[in-house]
Amino acid sequence: MKALVAIKRVVDFNVKIRAKPDGSGVDLAGVKMSMNPFDEIALEEAMRLKERGVVSEVIAVSCGVGACKDTLRSAMAIGADRGILVETDVELQPLAVAKLLKALVDREQPSLVILGKQAIDDDCNQTGQMLAALAGLPQATFASKVEVADGHATVTREVDGGLETLKLSLPAVITTDLRLNEPRYATLPNIMKAKNKPLEIVTPAQLGVDIAPRLSTLKIFEPAKRSAGIRVPDVATLIAKLKNEAKVI
Amino acid sequence: MTTRKVLVVAEHDHVSMKTATRNAVTAALACGDEVHVLVAGYNASEAAQAAARVVGVSKVLHADAPSLAEGLAENLAAQVLALASPYGYILFPATSSGKNVAPRVAALLDVAQISDVVRVVSSDTFERPIYAGNAIATVQSSDPVKVITVRPTGFDAALAEGGVASIDSVEAVADSGLSAFVERVVAKSDRPELAGARIVVSGGRALGSSEKFLDVLSPLADKLGAALGASRAAVDAGYAPNDWQVGQTGKIVAPQLYIACGISGAIQHQAGMKDSRVIVAINKDPDAPIFEIADYGLEADLFDAVPQLVAAL
Repeated sequence: MKALVAIKRVVDFNVKIRAKPDGSGVDLAGVKMSMNPFDEIALEEAMRLKERGVVSEVIAVSCGVGACKDTLRSAMAIGADRGILVETDVELQPLAVAKLLKALVDREQPSLVILGKQAIDDDCNQTGQMLAALAGLPQATFASKVEVADGHATVTREVDGGLETLKLSLPAVITTDLRLNEPRYATLPNIMKAKNKPLEIVTPAQLGVDIAPRLSTLKIFEPAKRSAGIRVPDVATLIAKLKNEAKVI
Repeated sequence: MTTRKVLVVAEHDHVSMKTATRNAVTAALACGDEVHVLVAGYNASEAAQAAARVVGVSKVLHADAPSLAEGLAENLAAQVLALASPYGYILFPATSSGKNVAPRVAALLDVAQISDVVRVVSSDTFERPIYAGNAIATVQSSDPVKVITVRPTGFDAALAEGGVASIDSVEAVADSGLSAFVERVVAKSDRPELAGARIVVSGGRALGSSEKFLDVLSPLADKLGAALGASRAAVDAGYAPNDWQVGQTGKIVAPQLYIACGISGAIQHQAGMKDSRVIVAINKDPDAPIFEIADYGLEADLFDAVPQLVAAL
């Protein structure tokens, strides 16, 4: 069975972003870009399913600008068998990405689609659920454990209050939470091998998908900074401050 | 012209409302002028009655069937869609359930979904945090229906008692057959719910083990009537359960008092707690980033300071 993994190119999670002073966006000039950390977990899970013999082919898909090719090469260096870039310079919102992925799901017919639960740039947490809805597939979001057998995926999910387990018929959409696995690093030989793996480039128009944004961003600004308060010398002073000054205990 | 009717999809346990539902009702009143609440569940009439008593709600729609017992996304989204046509806004609390279902509803209505709204600017314009709360985006929707998840800490909870909404029974959707519930493992606790607690005592990797995490922090939480939270590092290390995680991808909390014990304060952690009214940091590293946002910083070994705190309270 095929697994399709969606990969987003985002600002590296160690970068401290800044809003532009004129409110027009986030300053991305010269900023390090990386694979969205949740998508690394999604790819790792697909690789483990392949190593267990459950999955036969792992396809990495990214939607966005030409530079996403680098992110797909990284995915293939980790082990994806091939890559597909849906290339566009238009700002892509989750609904548009879900429609593009739906078109590729129709074409590739994967048994599993694995995505990160959210991207660390827009923090939307939508694309997997939207894809599942558009494709008429069951979903298990926020996965912390995945088992695939007999045409079903049994997925444990991180939910408010604890853990929940669902059984989905395949094909299905899974989105990954932090504790599903620990992603591997690419090795040098695999980085070299990835250069020769197939990377297909398609356009939204070729897939027949309207990607026009539905939301316009009017302004991006930094929230009011919280300033550091005071250091207290000991526990007694702390308690006195909390009682008499902050009045919270 | 979009209709100003708002549907809030309740989060509940079939008996009572989750507080986050009442935060969403407040956001709903900022969006429109008529607020209805959908209670989709199984044997959930007590929850429907609780929803009808929430101040500001004019009607409760109550769908009741085994297919709605476990909040499966496929069924719940179908239930919302079956009722969606009169509404200009469909709001979910931004809880694990709301986040699971809202995007399905939006996609099937062919509209954008707006995540984690913290402020309603106007009928079509909203503020939401991006980049782990390091920036706020003001976004305007051109869609006829606005499907929104409401970050609970952005809105005060509507009053739980005093409303007199009518309750309409509505037809429940059939089971999709796509997914099935297997089990739920929920930690039982007498402590308040983390997301809505007035005081949160939170621990980091410095605690060193799950035993020490509980031995050191529970007495303090018990004394203060606080919920327990944890940093991602503590959860990843297995010292605390996953649903205690406070941060960008865990719980977003804004209690009156947040006490961070042995938490360095990565950006991703701060994203989950920096809107707390008063922040206390106890850490032996004088350079820990948590001190940059703490109202009261105590540079001390938590294994000394926390027991002293418990003894003195």
